Amino acid sequence: MNKLVPFEWITALRFLKEGRMQTIFIVVAVAIGVAVIVFMSALLASLQANFLKRVLTSQPHIQLIPPDEVARVLRKPQEGEVAVAIVQRPVQRIRSIDQWQKVRSELTRWSEITNVSPSMSGSALGVRGAASRSIVVTGIDPNVYFNVVRIPDYLVAGQVRVLTDDILVGTELAKDLGVNVGEKIIVSSATGASRVLTVSGIFDLGNKSANQRSTFVALRTAQALFGLVGGVTSIDLTVTDPYEAETIAQRVQAVTGVEADSWIKTNAQFFTAVSAQQTSNTLIRVFVGLSVAFGIASVLVVSVIQRSKDIGILRAMGTSKEQILRVLLIQGGLLGFLGSLFGAVIGGGGLFFWHGYMRQADGSELFPLVLEPSLFAVAVLLAAVTGVAAAAVPALRAARLDPVVAIRG
Amino acid sequence: MAETNEVLRLEKVSKRYNVGTPVEVEVLHDIDLSVQRGEFVAVIGPSGSGKSTLLNIIGLLDRPTRGKLYVEGHETSRLGDDAITRLRGHSIGFVFQYHYLISAFTALENVMMPLLAERGFPNDTMRARAHTLLDQLGLARWENNLANNMSGGQQQRVAIARALAMNPAIILADEPTGNLDTKSADQVFEMMREVNRRNGTTFLLVTHNLDIAQRCDRVVEVIDGRVREGKVAA
Repeated sequence: MNKLVPFEWITALRFLKEGRMQTIFIVVAVAIGVAVIVFMSALLASLQANFLKRVLTSQPHIQLIPPDEVARVLRKPQEGEVAVAIVQRPVQRIRSIDQWQKVRSELTRWSEITNVSPSMSGSALGVRGAASRSIVVTGIDPNVYFNVVRIPDYLVAGQVRVLTDDILVGTELAKDLGVNVGEKIIVSSATGASRVLTVSGIFDLGNKSANQRSTFVALRTAQALFGLVGGVTSIDLTVTDPYEAETIAQRVQAVTGVEADSWIKTNAQFFTAVSAQQTSNTLIRVFVGLSVAFGIASVLVVSVIQRSKDIGILRAMGTSKEQILRVLLIQGGLLGFLGSLFGAVIGGGGLFFWHGYMRQADGSELFPLVLEPSLFAVAVLLAAVTGVAAAAVPALRAARLDPVVAIRG
Repeated sequence: MAETNEVLRLEKVSKRYNVGTPVEVEVLHDIDLSVQRGEFVAVIGPSGSGKSTLLNIIGLLDRPTRGKLYVEGHETSRLGDDAITRLRGHSIGFVFQYHYLISAFTALENVMMPLLAERGFPNDTMRARAHTLLDQLGLARWENNLANNMSGGQQQRVAIARALAMNPAIILADEPTGNLDTKSADQVFEMMREVNRRNGTTFLLVTHNLDIAQRCDRVVEVIDGRVREGKVAA
């Protein structure tokens, strides 16, 4: 007996040690439950983090765009008049967001919005020698825009310099036009304006058509090209919690009157898949947790029945009800803790093994593994707490045992 | 208030079970009993006469329905659960017919248990006390054996050592020799007498064995829930 270990711990440990088979079985059961939780949580967290990162670093969380132009019938038909039968659908010109500076300064004050990036984009033609390609030119303020869409992360050549005469192009476009960093291309817009721009960097967004068409220039350059000096066609936002993007978008729309689309809305299917996954993961965790709790509780109930004589004797010898209660609670907590410790190791190890074993066709990893130490800590802690909670009923039962009845059996 | 030399007193103690139900039954009727410090008392009586109920009440494991119980001068009817548990731990030691050692612990640890439950943490004094007690009962060699790895007589002697651990004023022994062969029973009884003589510990010994009852200082007979003092017919 260690002098630093109190009576309740000594007794709880001895009881667990003596009921070895029971202890081993329930620890294994808890371990399997916790392993499943750890494995699934880490796997899904990795998958989601990977998806989310891909989605959210290549597009804004919320995009503000000017409302669509609509054709209005000038007056309502009077009594006896025939209504207009055909209303021609209006063309959607490139337009600036009305008073965008005011909108920007309003949104900058919102604590849940982390970046406010005005930009201007439109279609143009990229020309070099005899080759020409249609491209989308996006004029940006690099200081904020790169916080929204992380072009620097995708750069493969050159640098992310976006001065007045610079242009960043995708790998495919660079190949089609035969340009390298430092070489020039002519960019002509539909308005007839054209500029000669220097390729300052080449990026790879991981998507062929995006690499063929996306280009980035300075905001002023784009404004001049599209004849909208001082205007912007969209304001891109990032928010602290991407999952709150839709509610924030709705508030932004209500406050500013500008149409606000969140990534959740524009990627509805993806988001539904993510939240369905999260829901099923939560459900599985809850039910596995419950079965672990009931497992521990049932083992302890049996143990209290088996040990009712021991408990009666301890009570007769002057052990208080509270001490008996604590002995049982400690047993529950220890079973949960030990099981979850093994479970965390099995779950984490299993995930590493699986991740190492499953490869993409080219041998690269499926996705980067995100193993948060907090997941293990939380799993172990929760399992221990679950164990203590599960032990509550058997513990109360043990504490209430009448020593006379217990001893007489 | 009880006399200074009186370790136990029952005044008009009654015990009813199933109070308020059609099967209400009174097991003990107005029992008066006084036991002096150092007495070695045999409690005899036929099965179902109320011996064990009496012992449970004296041992503070059960409460009387009516009447007063003084243990070492403390009137117990108004004490709360915690105070009762403490008083029981300090003043009373139990030896049962079946030894009821805790099998997860060694002999030494079983003897340490009452001290450990009270103090909270193990220490060398407890260990030394447990060792001394086992030594006095001739069990020093087996002190590290798990309780289950000992003979019935040895286990019962460990149980006596455990009952003595807190140095209680009273030891209640409920047929401690009932489950032993004659030789072991004799040894166990002699050991208790020896403790009684040496430490002045009061013993209340429930027994069916008239031979053993005869060797006690005093015999209390319980018949139909009433107490009768007397000598055992040889």
